Amino acid sequence: MELSAQRLQGRVAFVSGGLRGIGLACATRFLAEGAEVVLSDLDAEDSDTAREVMASLGQAASYISANVAKEEDWQRAVSLVKERHGKCHILVNNAGIDLTGPVEELSMEGWRRIMSINVDGVFLGTKHFVPMMAASGADFRGGSSIINVSSIMGLVGMNEVSAYNASKGAVRLFTKGIAIEFAQKKMPIRANSLHPGFVETPLLKAGFQRWVDQGFAEKPDDLVAGVVGSTPIGRLAQPSELASAAFFLASEDSSYMTGAELVIDGGWTAQ
Amino acid sequence: MRRPGVTTQFIMRIPRRRIFGRKQLSKRLEGKVALITGGTTGIGAATVARLAQEGAKVWFTGSKEEPAAALCAETGATFRKHRVQDAAAWAPLIDEIIATEGRLDIVFANAGTESGDGSIEDVGIEGWDNVVAVNQTGVMLTVQHAILGMKRNPDGPKGSIIVNSSMNATRPLGNYVTYSVTKAAVCALAKSAAVHCGQQGYAIRVNAILPGVVETPLIQQIMNAQPDPAAARAVYEGMAPLKRMAQLNEVAGLVAYLASDEAGFISGAEYAIDGATTAGMMGV
Repeated sequence: MELSAQRLQGRVAFVSGGLRGIGLACATRFLAEGAEVVLSDLDAEDSDTAREVMASLGQAASYISANVAKEEDWQRAVSLVKERHGKCHILVNNAGIDLTGPVEELSMEGWRRIMSINVDGVFLGTKHFVPMMAASGADFRGGSSIINVSSIMGLVGMNEVSAYNASKGAVRLFTKGIAIEFAQKKMPIRANSLHPGFVETPLLKAGFQRWVDQGFAEKPDDLVAGVVGSTPIGRLAQPSELASAAFFLASEDSSYMTGAELVIDGGWTAQ
Repeated sequence: MRRPGVTTQFIMRIPRRRIFGRKQLSKRLEGKVALITGGTTGIGAATVARLAQEGAKVWFTGSKEEPAAALCAETGATFRKHRVQDAAAWAPLIDEIIATEGRLDIVFANAGTESGDGSIEDVGIEGWDNVVAVNQTGVMLTVQHAILGMKRNPDGPKGSIIVNSSMNATRPLGNYVTYSVTKAAVCALAKSAAVHCGQQGYAIRVNAILPGVVETPLIQQIMNAQPDPAAARAVYEGMAPLKRMAQLNEVAGLVAYLASDEAGFISGAEYAIDGATTAGMMGV
């Protein structure tokens, strides 16, 4: 058996929430492994962020402005991938938002919004990409791979995190359901969930800033220190450390893994 | 006879891989020293081959000397006859590895048995003690001495320990009570060790893998001993929604990933590799 360096050669990947954090790290890693990548985010196609990121990612990457909560945006995304590449082997349903606060104070709009992005987004991405991914699945051993980004908050509860807990818990079991469905129907698609702990991303920084604004701490660094102190490995994760797990799930090395949950939390939930 | 085209092909491949290579995956474990218990056959042997292929210096233990010699010849690995449950034999083994290689980075606690096991009604005390000794005490000793060895690394306490549990840790078998109990126990052991290493400030990660039915030589033997081997195979294959057994190299691929620095934030985790068997109800 030969283990080549660029192990995603010939593969096409779609990454939602691809302009920042874990999504951007996944796109970067897949490109480095030889894949072609299409990424989506909410930013306009001619926005500075989109232009800068796409310039740094190079020719094998392309971008579409799309809202994961909107079905018509997914239809546009699938059409673009079909037109440009004609196939899709890897889908990372990564786009997500957070929402915190006492349950009795959460607004219905806030609840609907987090569910529409974190849960509807994963469902719609899966629904619309599955036909193309099933057709592309015979290209490589291990078939196509759907990687749904859940969270440790999809495994354990946390104070004033109930809505995010609920949305990420839904992703965890949705993934197991589709994994069994594809396997039983002999569709060549595997599906697994990632459960990051505390990762140094814009989402984490924005969330911590909001807690500071609400008076939970004096400065974001105090919250970081608290999280680091409660993580056995004693640091935050880097987005690239989640991307390496996504790469593993995208590659042939994980060909028997489906319906599994990969926890990457520095030991946080082991305690 | 050598065809001229073959040489050209090889010459052309080498620079191509260098141009594109980040750190080449084929050399992801270069400079690392690995120890695999129960490495002479099955998952252990496949992992010996895989880690060696990725550039690690591999040592492995077990009791079967004949397959061990063949595996050493094939992979360049080093074999020591050793029983995981023999507490007194651990320090000398780790000492020898460190004396020879200068360090220890990866330990795969893989040795396991079901010999003498039975249901809760049938299992005898000897069978229970034997399975507990290998699967539970043996894994405890492996992890303990792995940490003690990794603490002696010149660049500080550092390494990755992988415990081979089983999907039966969460879905116990009625006819293998001790096996199921010990496989659950080592998941807690891996987590406890992971938390301890973190609290001590060691860069030592500890994780468990939970394979489903893997097509090992042992399973093949069991299937072939049945009156209808094809029917027996169908039962094993049917347990996973993926409708096949795991192949040895698929488990080795997961171990290699967890062993590598790519998995640097993963500790105290349990990774199922079971073709969605435990994602739902087994066999449904």
